[in-house]
Amino acid sequence: MQKSWLRRMLVVRRFEEQLIVLHEAGELAGHYHVCIGQEGTAIGVLAHAGPDDVVYTTHRNHGHLLLRGADPERLFAEILGRSTGYSRGRSGTLHLSAPELGVPWSSALVGGNVPQAIGAAYALARLRPGSIAVCFFGDGAFEEGAVFEALNTAAVLGLPVLFVCENNGLAEDHGAAGAFPTSSTAAERLIDLSGAFRIPSVGIDGIDAHVVSETVARLAHEVRGGGGPRFVETASVRWPGSRSLWPALTGGRFRIEWLTGETDPPAEIAAWTRTGDPLRPLHERLLAAGETSRDELHAIDAEVRAEIERAAARAVAAPMPTAEAAFDTQAGAA
Amino acid sequence: MAVVTYAMALARALEEALVADDRVALIGNNFGGLTAEQRHFDELGARFPDRIDHTPWSELANAGMAIGAATVGMRPVVDLVTASFVFQAFAQIVNEAPNIAYTTDGRTRAPAVFHMLAGIRGAGASQHSHRPQAMFWNTPGLQVAVPGTPGDAYGLMRHYLLEADEPCAFVSHPKLLEVEQEIADWEAERLAPGRGRIEREGADVTIIASSVMVTRSLEAAERLAADHAIDCEVLNLRTLAPFDDALVAASVTKTGRVVVADECFRSAGAGAEILARVAESHFASLRAAPRRVVAPDVPVPFSPVLEDAVTPTAERVVAAVAEACAR
Repeated sequence: MQKSWLRRMLVVRRFEEQLIVLHEAGELAGHYHVCIGQEGTAIGVLAHAGPDDVVYTTHRNHGHLLLRGADPERLFAEILGRSTGYSRGRSGTLHLSAPELGVPWSSALVGGNVPQAIGAAYALARLRPGSIAVCFFGDGAFEEGAVFEALNTAAVLGLPVLFVCENNGLAEDHGAAGAFPTSSTAAERLIDLSGAFRIPSVGIDGIDAHVVSETVARLAHEVRGGGGPRFVETASVRWPGSRSLWPALTGGRFRIEWLTGETDPPAEIAAWTRTGDPLRPLHERLLAAGETSRDELHAIDAEVRAEIERAAARAVAAPMPTAEAAFDTQAGAA
Repeated sequence: MAVVTYAMALARALEEALVADDRVALIGNNFGGLTAEQRHFDELGARFPDRIDHTPWSELANAGMAIGAATVGMRPVVDLVTASFVFQAFAQIVNEAPNIAYTTDGRTRAPAVFHMLAGIRGAGASQHSHRPQAMFWNTPGLQVAVPGTPGDAYGLMRHYLLEADEPCAFVSHPKLLEVEQEIADWEAERLAPGRGRIEREGADVTIIASSVMVTRSLEAAERLAADHAIDCEVLNLRTLAPFDDALVAASVTKTGRVVVADECFRSAGAGAEILARVAESHFASLRAAPRRVVAPDVPVPFSPVLEDAVTPTAERVVAAVAEACAR
């Protein structure tokens, strides 16, 4: 358990909240996805991915980029289509990349990244033995055939890839009016699907970063040692702000006081704050170990909020690309 | 002076690339399809067993695997066998690979090669006779190789495996696998993509061809010279993307007559785009309406008689050229 996780988790939380604010202010064109509620998985998994490892993420990618070390200002700028973004505004949120941080690019197609992740593993086995590919995808990806082909191929070839299925419970809301459109799989347990290809698979609580980290430490070690692919399903509780098609700050911005008991959260967010917020188990574990205090939590959060607000303001003020920039790397010749 | 088949030249390119660069790898090794020419690739497989992986029949995963491997530094070629199966892999080939360099502003590149045997091959019926090159050409960020000769196959495959930054759909026509060429100077075959060749110089009419239509157009040109006293210039495009506009411009300006020979379907086929470029840029040079010899818009039928009825043959090129040159 690491104290630094608290700060990093708050960076992701405040970044995502700020995006919702920017969208509501009309600064962000197009649709986007936030990962609030899935930070425990991201932190617990990425704690075991080194600089030589490769991470293939999804359309819900902001947290993964930030935790690999991406600069919040450049990330905001890219998501807002500004010329100072990672790809000078070519990718937006959907195709974020930071190859220097081991994130080659993001496919925005459900399941589209999974074959590519096994390809990264195929390459690493030859180019950098001992390095692994980490492949994030959501439970909805099991509705796509590409995922089954990739799981089978990874198992047949014994590729060094760790599959991380972030089950955020989207399927619960299938068909609800105004809800995020999603369906589901007939399988009762997702690990039965990967297990059918004889990939050692485990399902765990994905909210508590400590639990995720302990499991992934073992799995990543096995993959790194040449044991072939491993699969972990991490279950989280969907953040109420991600229930609607467009993300919303349901209950307002997160407040530290909700964790510390200084105030009660609004009714619409109360249940999730109690049972679904990854900040809670992390904070409680650190408190119990005497590694942090209520005052310190407030102080860290104040710092993070100021940093994120500053990064967002700079990104908003950054220039849009010139129209000619659409053509200058038609074949990627930048 | 060596006489080599298309398959031998392609195998030579693969071998040279495997020797020259450790990052080159083969995902699948059935480049020769159903022909006896497959033996050259079997021999290659026996020589480089550690560099060739035999994967499940999962074209979507195979293509994606090549892309992912390329994004972290490998230079893979994935053999998709007959192009009927390329449609299983389309999501990765047209909606993943070509976007990577562009959306990452060139910071990540995916120089994977997708090889397929594509064309009206003889008794392939509707699903195994596709020519998907026009669909690939409609995808910016993807290069489209349509070799017309053994030398093209060698030079282009070598380029895409050892030098290219972009992903490539490499379309080999099954009827070219056994076609022979005398190659004295292999280096001379290493022409960059986007550079076509004048296969036959002529003064009266320009035939713009690619893939198997290069062979058929050259055959047509000989008959037109003998029977109609028409002097054809035959262009071999080698790649559709990038497209050799300069080669076409020089020839059309000279002859003032154009016939496009293309095995794709008529509607929105490669021939349609080539004709549009000619009409847009060279209208003033044209002395007759440009024509195309293409496959009609019906699925390719099985029976040899029916298949022949829809195939753009040398005879049909002869007829179209004669019409274009009629006064």
